[in-house]
Amino acid sequence: MTASSSLPKYPTGGAGGVKPPAANASRSFIARNPSVLIFLLALAAFTIIVTIASEAYGVGFISTSFVKTLGKTLCLCLVALAMDLIWGYAGILSLGHMAFFALGGYMIGMWLMYARTEEIVVAALAQGGLPATPEEVTQGIATQIFGVVGSSDLPVIWSFAHSLPLQLILALAVPGLLALIFGWLAFRSRVTGVYLSILTQAMTLALALYLFQNDSGLRGNNGLSGLQNLPGLGDTSQDLVSVWFFWASALALGVGYLVLASVVSGKFGSVIRAIRDDEARVRFLGYPVEGYKLFLFTLTAIIAAIAGALYYPQAGIINPAELAPIASIYLAVWVAIGGRGRLYGAVIGAALVSLVSSWFTSGQVPSIPLGFATIHWVDWWLVLLGAAFVGVTLFAPKGIGGLFDRFQGIATPDRKGAALGPDDGSLQEREAQE
Amino acid sequence: MRLTAFLVAALSWLAPLPALAQEAAAIVADNRAQIEKPSRQTIGPVIAALAASGDAMADDILSAWADKRLVIRKSDGAIFLAAPDGDGVALTALDGAAAGTAAKGDLTELKPNAGVRGVIAAALVQFTLSDPDPGVRAQALTSIARDPKPETLEPLRASLATESDPALKAQKERLERFLTLRFDPDPAARVAAIESLGSDTSLDVRAALNPLVATTRIAVAGEPAGNIARELLPGRDLTEAEAYDLLVAADMAPARLTLEGQREALVANIVDGAVGGIPVAEMASQTVRDRAYTALEAAGTVPTAATDDEATAALSAHRFFDAYVEPDATVTTAAVAALTGIDRKVAAMQAADLGLDALSLAAIYFLAAIGLAITFGVMGVINMAHGEFITIGAYTGFVVQLFVPNYTVSILIALPLAFAVTFAAGVAMERLVIRHLYKRPLETLLATFGISIALQQILKNVFGTQARPLTAPGWLDGALEFNDVVSISYIRIAIFVLALIFLAFFLYLMKRTRLGLEVRAVTQNPTMAASMGINPDRINMLTFGLGSGIAGIAGVAIGLYAKVTSEMGADYIVQSFMTVVVGGVGNVWGTLAGATMIGSLQKVIEFLNPSNTLAAQTYMILFIILFIQFRPRGIIALRGRAAGD
Repeated sequence: MTASSSLPKYPTGGAGGVKPPAANASRSFIARNPSVLIFLLALAAFTIIVTIASEAYGVGFISTSFVKTLGKTLCLCLVALAMDLIWGYAGILSLGHMAFFALGGYMIGMWLMYARTEEIVVAALAQGGLPATPEEVTQGIATQIFGVVGSSDLPVIWSFAHSLPLQLILALAVPGLLALIFGWLAFRSRVTGVYLSILTQAMTLALALYLFQNDSGLRGNNGLSGLQNLPGLGDTSQDLVSVWFFWASALALGVGYLVLASVVSGKFGSVIRAIRDDEARVRFLGYPVEGYKLFLFTLTAIIAAIAGALYYPQAGIINPAELAPIASIYLAVWVAIGGRGRLYGAVIGAALVSLVSSWFTSGQVPSIPLGFATIHWVDWWLVLLGAAFVGVTLFAPKGIGGLFDRFQGIATPDRKGAALGPDDGSLQEREAQE
Repeated sequence: MRLTAFLVAALSWLAPLPALAQEAAAIVADNRAQIEKPSRQTIGPVIAALAASGDAMADDILSAWADKRLVIRKSDGAIFLAAPDGDGVALTALDGAAAGTAAKGDLTELKPNAGVRGVIAAALVQFTLSDPDPGVRAQALTSIARDPKPETLEPLRASLATESDPALKAQKERLERFLTLRFDPDPAARVAAIESLGSDTSLDVRAALNPLVATTRIAVAGEPAGNIARELLPGRDLTEAEAYDLLVAADMAPARLTLEGQREALVANIVDGAVGGIPVAEMASQTVRDRAYTALEAAGTVPTAATDDEATAALSAHRFFDAYVEPDATVTTAAVAALTGIDRKVAAMQAADLGLDALSLAAIYFLAAIGLAITFGVMGVINMAHGEFITIGAYTGFVVQLFVPNYTVSILIALPLAFAVTFAAGVAMERLVIRHLYKRPLETLLATFGISIALQQILKNVFGTQARPLTAPGWLDGALEFNDVVSISYIRIAIFVLALIFLAFFLYLMKRTRLGLEVRAVTQNPTMAASMGINPDRINMLTFGLGSGIAGIAGVAIGLYAKVTSEMGADYIVQSFMTVVVGGVGNVWGTLAGATMIGSLQKVIEFLNPSNTLAAQTYMILFIILFIQFRPRGIIALRGRAAGD
């Protein structure tokens, strides 16, 4: 991206003009996208610093709970990347990606809870004089897990919960299939723009309401809990586990960044940006717009699910409130504040807003006495966030990413008041800067 | 014969004759031996005589007797009515004269058994049913209706002839029918009583008929005896486990071995680390455990338990029935026929009631969505803070009620004030934020969402998290009841009327006023409208303010029946968007159709699955998502230039 400013201008004609695609192809992926390298180096450095500062492997400067917070933040950055791809690059404001995120968490949570309960049940049954039969173990697990919602049968959807590989596949397949079906229905009937946003929000709400029921098979509003205890590692300290999950999250974020950067940098990236800017024209040029959108929607849903599957073992608990439509809107807020249409923007926005948010809501921020009233930030943080969001939308549509443009001297072209395109905030590529 | 006796008793009681005043005491004296040691079989005539004596004291004597307050003084054997008085007991002679007090130890209580007390209670009923005070008679009827007993049938019939109050008489006649159909010894009379009720759908008729068709589940080896409702086939009408449980409960089959029982039996018989010759370590599967248990059975250490084959054989050797508790088939047939007719009528009425519920829910959705239909439908602006405008309207009503205690006046003030407050908020929002984002709808969504979370938090900080009351005026309390099934509360009627008023107002505004003309012009083509001398900025501002103001009024209406919290508006926002999208954007009739469809759909799903309103909402949203597949532009889609794109 930053390299694009140094590229020769697209030739306006002339027989001997060097074609930019050829020029692009002759250079390596990293050279064309130096921000990827910078990002990966920064992530690696960050991981090493946190490891050295952690209680398990280093000097103990960072508490275990803060390592978990950082690990969770990396997962949020990963889902923000997915959101950026679907919204910033393809122009589809999905308000359902946190639902895919939570679904991934639920799927991995099922295995964690099942396997952990199995250990407990087997240990308890061994006290009874006879070795346990498989039926007794299953029955014991079901009673243990579902006693809280007044049931003692294992629902059908838990059929694969005993197996980690199967449940890992489900963690990707369930959100992926849901996104595929929903996306197919929505895109084929040409639902676009705000309608699609509302429709995805409705999907999220429906899913959340469904999971809130006690007979949904996922313990209603109790959700799944105790996920931080890894089966088979009962004696391992959480200090170690937290760092392992931090590493896994950092790895997932790095790989995810690399994959998404390669997706958006090639011809595919150009097509999806074109869809964002003028969908009808791309369709008339013969591109299967619905196919592109469906692929992106499903891909980002799967990435969100991976992020969720890494997030919830660190959070320890998941319940249907995590799927509330507001969570997906916050996701959009992070991406918008960070700057959409650029991958590093999503990461910066998610990390900054979620860390600042947890700082403000933790009650550690000093209150401001105004004489007649005191501003307690626990109560007023959301007001500040809402106002900041309005401010960013109105005055800085490029978000924090706009600062990077300013440092690099990239200026938005002046069209004498006319709009650059349907989404000013995410436009900063070559096309817009000429 | 007895009827005449009661009649005489009742008549004479109405005109008490002093000459008879001693008679009750005399009857007691004559039948003293019977009264001291009463038996249910023989006491009848004595009680009937007392009841028929016409003595004013007979009532008191009988009720005292039933309450174990009739005592014999040990010193002279005289009988008195006793009433506790401090440590001792105040005595009243059988003729009603006070007879001083006595210590408890000097008295012997007469303790009639339950059967005798029942006869006495039945005799007493006639006194209360013929009491000169209509209030007492009404009370007696209520207590009989609450707890019907066979003994009360005769006194009730006897009191019918003398009843002077027409309302009470109708009530008595109705109660007489209910008692007849349950307790009359003659089946023909019972059937006649059932048929005389026709298809009256009141709750009390159904309550009277239902005990007649109550059934019990029985298992029999051969042909069933008694009044059979239907045969049950294991596997079809009841599970095989249930059927076997019936057999076990009736001692017709041995209990099946539960897994838990088997486990305990095995653990109890561990000998040298093995059970029945099989090592404990191998017991980790059910087949091995079964084998071990069979070995124990063979050795005789554990009782033989039914195997699956035996259980199946036992099931096929028996038949299972639902049998009526009521032995008489003609009565149950008549009751079933009557109940079927009633059920059909009740179902029709429930459908009507459901329709009313759906209409009122639709009115609420319409009110919540019509403001949105203006801002989203007409202007194309997504306003996520619409829900907070509803909340602001409701809180305005709450604040007004803090200052104006009269609820009628406060509502009349609150409605225009809520409009004014949210109109101002809407105009401010349009000027400060929305106007800069007309070309960027997705960002409008996000900016207004920012405003929404900020407003919601501010409201929470100001008014607290607990629910605030918005009290409806007294004349809106209660419900309009058509009968036992169909009713609708006045508040919902008021909301319905309010929705109609807004529909009319909106139609008038858009179709008949200059402002409406200009709004439609700006909607269709802002540039052209501007060149015709219309100021699009002003029109946009006013339109947005109007939509927001209506949200405020909807907030007052919704607050009247729901609790006012800072999150109440957020509950309606997705529903409202759905209403507008399903109905068809940019058309008030579409919003009406959308609200009607979503409201009735939700009520129907709730009716089909009443225990689970969460599921109802889930299915409704799924339905809407599918519906949009087939009509992406909503129920009423705009055509032509107005549709734009």
